[in-house]
Amino acid sequence: MTDALLTTHETSDHGHEGHDDHHGPSGLLKWLTTTDHKIIGLSYTVTAVVLFVIGGLFAEIIRLQLASPNGTLVSLAQYNELFTMHGSVMIYLFVGPFAFGALANIIVPIQIGAPDMAFPRLNALSYWLYLGGAITMLSGFFTAGGAANFGWVGYAPLSSSLNTPGAGADLWIGGLLLTGFSAIFTGVNLCATVFYLRAPGMTMFRMPIFTWNLLVTAILILLAFPVLTAGLIMLYADRHFGTHIFTNSGGGVPVLWQNIFWFWGHPEVYILALPFFGMVTEVIAVFSKKPVFGYKGMIFATLTIAALSLGVWAHHMFTTGTVLLPFFSIMSLLIAVPTGIKMFNWIGTMWRGQVWFSTAMLMSLGFLFTFLIGGLTGIYLASPPLDFMTHDTYFVVAHFHSVVMALVLGAMAGLYYWGPKVTGYLLNEKLGKAQFWTLFIGTQVFTFPLYLLGLYGMPRRMALYPLDPQWKTLNDVSTAGALLIGISTILFVVNIGYSWKKYPAGDNPWDAQTLEWFTTSPPPHHNFYRLPQIRSERPTWDYNHPEHTSLAHGKHEETKA
Amino acid sequence: MKVEAKMLLMLGVFFGIMCAVYWKWSLEDAGGVMMFAGMLLCLLPGSYYYWWSRRMKERPEDSKTASQAEGAGFVGTFPGSSIFPFVLGVGAFFVVLSLVFGIWMLIPGLGLAFWAFIGGTSEGRRGGSH
Repeated sequence: MTDALLTTHETSDHGHEGHDDHHGPSGLLKWLTTTDHKIIGLSYTVTAVVLFVIGGLFAEIIRLQLASPNGTLVSLAQYNELFTMHGSVMIYLFVGPFAFGALANIIVPIQIGAPDMAFPRLNALSYWLYLGGAITMLSGFFTAGGAANFGWVGYAPLSSSLNTPGAGADLWIGGLLLTGFSAIFTGVNLCATVFYLRAPGMTMFRMPIFTWNLLVTAILILLAFPVLTAGLIMLYADRHFGTHIFTNSGGGVPVLWQNIFWFWGHPEVYILALPFFGMVTEVIAVFSKKPVFGYKGMIFATLTIAALSLGVWAHHMFTTGTVLLPFFSIMSLLIAVPTGIKMFNWIGTMWRGQVWFSTAMLMSLGFLFTFLIGGLTGIYLASPPLDFMTHDTYFVVAHFHSVVMALVLGAMAGLYYWGPKVTGYLLNEKLGKAQFWTLFIGTQVFTFPLYLLGLYGMPRRMALYPLDPQWKTLNDVSTAGALLIGISTILFVVNIGYSWKKYPAGDNPWDAQTLEWFTTSPPPHHNFYRLPQIRSERPTWDYNHPEHTSLAHGKHEETKA
Repeated sequence: MKVEAKMLLMLGVFFGIMCAVYWKWSLEDAGGVMMFAGMLLCLLPGSYYYWWSRRMKERPEDSKTASQAEGAGFVGTFPGSSIFPFVLGVGAFFVVLSLVFGIWMLIPGLGLAFWAFIGGTSEGRRGGSH
């Protein structure tokens, strides 16, 4: 058996000929041995969505607990585990891997006309490390002491072996080590793929914005994740080998953990966000029937966000009193500029376009609205006086939930837009729109009361709160919003079941612009039977609409009515 | 290749400036060191790419007028399937569990990893032979 696997090799000639007659193992063994970026990407997608549901269930339990001031749904200790694991699952195991593991893995090679990722076996290893990391982290619930319970940030000295003994915390560290390496390998792979496997004519400034954003994301991964991994090893050494890196008693500095964690943590925010920026850019351009407005400005904004993101980490630590407030405040405020460029470019892309309000487009518009709220409140928080008032209150929780729920909307846009390419079948639009409205309204109903609660001073991470009727009402409204989000997720699952192999998509159901829509749905083993001439950033559009080929950047054509 | 090189070099220079301002102003070492390392991580591959971009012929993917035929030829070997990523992944899983449940778990962990290193390497050597 192994010998057969060892000798299964193929060469590729850049995808000019089909390799559909691919002889390999089938069934479970095919899944275990695959190096095809599409199957790996699909595994990532399914795993990430399952983990999204698990993390979402934690969130619903948290919200139901907070529906009354002295809720008794869970014990205080269980509540600590729940909010820790909710954050950990969502950030480490869902949003991140979904962003740079799932759709990126499937779409980036096809968008640049590559037969596969540059290192297919490394790509497979990334997935197995991610799956192992997810199992490791979640298995904490089955240990005697329960899962990790020090918050998803694992602040020292709370995370020391004295304050948080037990296997759950160690499993959290171990799971993070595995997913961290998985992310680093994916970053290497994405960089190499984009640098070395582009099709002829696909210059850097003809790559789709999604691919550009994933390239910048990959560079950020390589800059940020090793820091987290190093920090985790130090934390483990503190816990078990008797070092005192993060403890006062042995001459260590607890706040060093915060520096290290956020030096990864803030670039991580953009590692999460940039891929979704890319997704909605593609979706908005395609469903407005226009090229991306300000293509180079978009790339400039992406690179600027990445560059600035390395110098803003301590805005999470303003209240520690150990950081240089003006520097971090200025850098954080500066990030609003490139993000604003992106906002206006998205609006500019829709301007005078023929907007088609499909589910993917609605999800993208929902992303714009929700991300705008999350981004604007982020500007408040970048100002130290305001941050001192709202630090560790629900205002911060509301801010980053606006941001990440926007990313969830972006993820759904990506799934509705690229799902047909991966599976060959469309999803039901009516159910999709029902999902959009429940998700969108649910998100706003869920976050707005939290902003108010934060301004009234409700601290985060508390299972119980004072008997104040106003606080109770706001918490109830927020819980209702969270339940609406839950319903939207159920609708998504229902939609997948209902539309299962029902609506064949064809190669290019959206009349889209980029290369992935030139090949079949689903694409053959090495992605392409043939490639079009690439003369702009939207080769498929140029091929299908020779009368409306793209002009060089900065050139304009009279708009036709 | 030039665009890739310039992008990395520009990021590196920006990180360098930011690092200098931050270190001088804050006198805080951890962040300064990390930013300095970030600068190196951009300058190192950036200058390597730049060095090569001046010495190599323009690749078809860097040419604005390339036809698809110019990309024809040998790109590389892409293994059709391989069990070793999975084996290495399970090995790493056991190694991490040994951090929590006991050092004996290193035995299956490192064993599987070793098997994967040997298998994966010999598989790579034979790659593309057909």
